[in-house]
This record gives sequence, structure tokens and C-alpha cells, in this order.
Amino acid sequence: MPPDVVNLAYLVAAVCFILAFKGLAHPRTAVRGNLIGAFGMLLAIVVTLLDKHILSYTAIFAGMLVGGTIGAALAARVKMTTMPEMVALLNGFGGAASVLIAGGALVVPDSVSDAPPLQMAVATVTSGLIGAVTFFGSLVAFSKLASFKWVRDVRFKGQQLLNGVLFVSAILTAVQVVRDPETLAWYWILVGVASLLGVLLVIPIGGANMPIVITLLNSYSGLAAAATGFVLNNNGLIIAGSLVGASGVILTQIMCKAMNQSMTDVIFGTAAVAGGASADEVYGGRVKSTSAEEVAMLFDGVRRVVIVPGYGLAVSQAQHAIRDLANLLESRGVEVEYGIHPVAGRMPGHMNVLLAEANIPYEQVREMDDVNPTFAQTDVAIVIGANDVVNPVAREPEGNPIAGMPILDVDKARTCVIIKRSLSPGFAGIPNPLFAAPNALMLFGDGKKALLDLVAALKAQ
Amino acid sequence: MESFIAAVTVFVLAVFVGFEVIRKVPPTLHTPLTSGSNAISGITVLGAIVLAGTESPLATVLGFLAVVFATVNVVGGFALTHRMLKMFKSRD
Repeated sequence: MPPDVVNLAYLVAAVCFILAFKGLAHPRTAVRGNLIGAFGMLLAIVVTLLDKHILSYTAIFAGMLVGGTIGAALAARVKMTTMPEMVALLNGFGGAASVLIAGGALVVPDSVSDAPPLQMAVATVTSGLIGAVTFFGSLVAFSKLASFKWVRDVRFKGQQLLNGVLFVSAILTAVQVVRDPETLAWYWILVGVASLLGVLLVIPIGGANMPIVITLLNSYSGLAAAATGFVLNNNGLIIAGSLVGASGVILTQIMCKAMNQSMTDVIFGTAAVAGGASADEVYGGRVKSTSAEEVAMLFDGVRRVVIVPGYGLAVSQAQHAIRDLANLLESRGVEVEYGIHPVAGRMPGHMNVLLAEANIPYEQVREMDDVNPTFAQTDVAIVIGANDVVNPVAREPEGNPIAGMPILDVDKARTCVIIKRSLSPGFAGIPNPLFAAPNALMLFGDGKKALLDLVAALKAQ
Repeated sequence: MESFIAAVTVFVLAVFVGFEVIRKVPPTLHTPLTSGSNAISGITVLGAIVLAGTESPLATVLGFLAVVFATVNVVGGFALTHRMLKMFKSRD
């Protein structure tokens, strides 16, 4: 196939990818957009397969068969609650592919690329460096999200110094690869150093910062693909990679803003500010515990209920139980809406997917800025498995770890019911005065069980 | 140098297009956005195919592994995104 035709086909594929992202502007057009994106990918793959450079198809088809089977099985089986793990894994695979391709391009530079030697060498080390950090960083993130027992947050003295040393060694090795691309060992040494760096960058980062880690690694996987595009002088890879890179950067910015943290704070783990009141001072006998029956009575004659889910919803798989409760309330003429904090859950948009899985219409699921002004007219706010994102101390200008972070104003509702296992603090490690507020009631227990009890109590009325 | 500048031009313009288009994705769809971009970053499969189809055994092995990883992303990413997006329903 002539190169011009191939490049035109890549252009069409790139347009398809842009349309895929454009489709995501609304749930109505999103399915079609995704299919257009998949078509673009198919076109690009077919055209590449027909390209005259290919000598043998055995390894290609074998690889596609293995990868396609794994991909289809993962996509069909993965639970919506474990979506963050899945995305972390796929981020990592993107990075691994870039490392391998850049490494292979060094073996047979003339058969895979018509790029000038200097461009190719610099792009190769970039691809290898970012790709390896992405792969190993993602594996650590995946292990943490999947709560594997052998992985924990590791922080030690001199960690940042060690990271700095590793980064400088990676750059020096990269320079060596550019100067002497014939000696393949240098490239794999670079990959080794970058892999270690990837592990060390992610290992200190704890649970609540995971949304930022995932989006950042998502961005890296795109940048690695774009760098691979420069290795091969392939516009398809450059465009698709930069779109993904941009997507990750935007999401990372949104997450950082929602957590009131800077990107560097998260990456280097320098965010923690101690301070604030102790649990005894905050709670001191003012916390009111309630029962499902009491809460059921609260719903007598209410007009509006707002449900605020957090990570606890995913942990106790309570999304269907929420739907049951909402159905019951709606059948009594109550208006039910959902308020979602941008960092609720372990990745951006995670709560929305869980609620969609439970057939909750997306119009009822509202963003923080939309729902906050409505709490004053809300009779009951129900908080399920969320803590820091509803902590009113965030409104203080300073003096505690979440000062300045935007929160959901559930305390402005007439009554606030908090479903939670105990008074234990959230990720920020500070007590939550909301739990002791005069209009707050604690319903202690597992999220799903508490909701089912509540539904039963309502039905028994 | 000329082809390098052309490639950089494409890269920079694509980043801007990406920012403009993705800024309009509502928070509701941020998880499908992430899995969809996983699928699109599987574009590396093109490079993997070229590599796996060369004469060198070492390059073929590396290419084969890259095809596996990238295809998992392409197939898994698009299928998963489709599965999620199908769940988003309107009130009516």
C-alpha cells in the first residue's frame, strides 16, 4: 500500500478518535462516539497490516489473538466497583507497549522508521523512560487499589533524594543511549532505572490520592504513545497519544482542584498539614446514634432527599440498595437526587458509573456545584461511606489538612443522616464535626445492610 | 529536520484539540473517558505490528509482546467503555 494512502487512513482514524472524545460530551452521544473511535482503530490496524513492510504475519496474529482474548475477557468480567483497578492496569499496559516498541526499534531501526537518527534516538529514550515509569507505577497503583496484602504505603527518609538520584541516572543513561544506540544494553538499563523510579514514585501515595495517580498515569501512557509516534515517525500514534495525554492532564487538574492540592504536593507526598481539634473535643458526647426505624420515621412528609455516596458505597456494593431506597421514596412523592463530589471514590466519575449500573437516571446525579445551593431546601441528606468530602472544617481558611477544599454542604440540610461503620476518620485523619452537629444522626453499620434495613423499615410503616 | 518539525507541529496542534474537546466532557462520564482513552492509547498496536512483522527474531519477540499489551488495551478499552456507556440511562 502506498505511504500516502496509509497516512490518509491514519488521518481518518485520528478524526474518528477526536469524534469519540467529542461524543463523550453527553451520555446520549457517547455510545456512538465510542463506536466511531473503535472504527477508527480498526481502520488504522487494517491499513497497517496491508502495509508492504510486513514480512511475516505469524507473530502479529498470535499477539492479537492473545491480547484480544485477554482484553475481551477483562472487559466482560470486571465489576463496576473495581473499575479503578482495571483502568490502572490498562494504563500500565499502554506504557509497557511503548517500552517494547521503542526497544525493538533500536534493534531494527531501518525497517520500522524513516525518522532522522537523532529524532529517533531521543524519542526512543523518552518513550522508554515514560513507558517504564507508567508500567511499574501503574502496577503499584493496581496492587494498592486491589488491596493486595503485600503492598502498603512506604515512606522513608531520603525518599525524594533517592528519586532525584534515580532521575538523574535515568537522564545520564538516556544520553548514553542517544550517543551509542547500537549498544542495546544501555536502553534496557534505562528501562530498569525508570521502572524502579515508577515504583518509588507511587509507593508512598495513599488511598484518597489515587484518583490523581490514576489520571496522571493515564496522561503518561498517552505521552509514551506519542513519543513512540516520534520514534516511528507515525502521525497516528502522535495524534492519538497527545489526545490521551491531554485528557489525563485535564482530569488531573480537576482532581487536584477538588482536593485543594497542587500536583507537585501529590507527586512528592508533601501535602500533609497537621493540626485541628482532637476527636474527643469534637465529638465529646454530642454524637447522636439512630436506628433504621427512627430514620424511616424521619421520611414522613419530606419533599426532597439528597443522597451523597462516597468510596464506602463501592466497598459495600450498595448501589442497588440505594436504588431500592430511592424507588420507595419516589413512590411516596419524594424528590430524590444524588450529589457527587469530584473525588468521591477511587477515580473520577466512579460514583456515576456505579449509580448508572443501578439504573439511576443520569439527570438525578448532580455535580457538587449544582447540588450545593439546593441543600438549604433539602429535608434529609443521606451520606453513605463518605467523610472528608462532607467535613465542614474544610471551610476554614487554614489550620487543618483539608482547609480550603470544596465540600458538599450536607450540613445545610434540615436533617443529615450519616451511614458509616464507626466514627473513624477518613483519609485526612481528622475528626468530622458534622457527626456531632445538632441536625446530624449517625446510622452505624455496613452501608448496604443499613440501606436494606432502612428499606425494610419504610415498607413496614 | 523538516519531518521532525512537521511531527512536532502535529503533536502540538493535537494537544490543543485534545484540551478543547476533553474540557467539554461532563464529570458524569469521566470514568468512561479514562477507559476510552486507554483504548485509544492502544494505538501503539500500529508500531507493534510493524515491529512484529520484521525479519529480526529479537524484534519479532518484542513486537509480539507489544502487540499483546496494545491489543488488550484496544479490545478491553473499547469493550469496557461500551459496557459502561450503555448503562447511562435518561429518566424517560
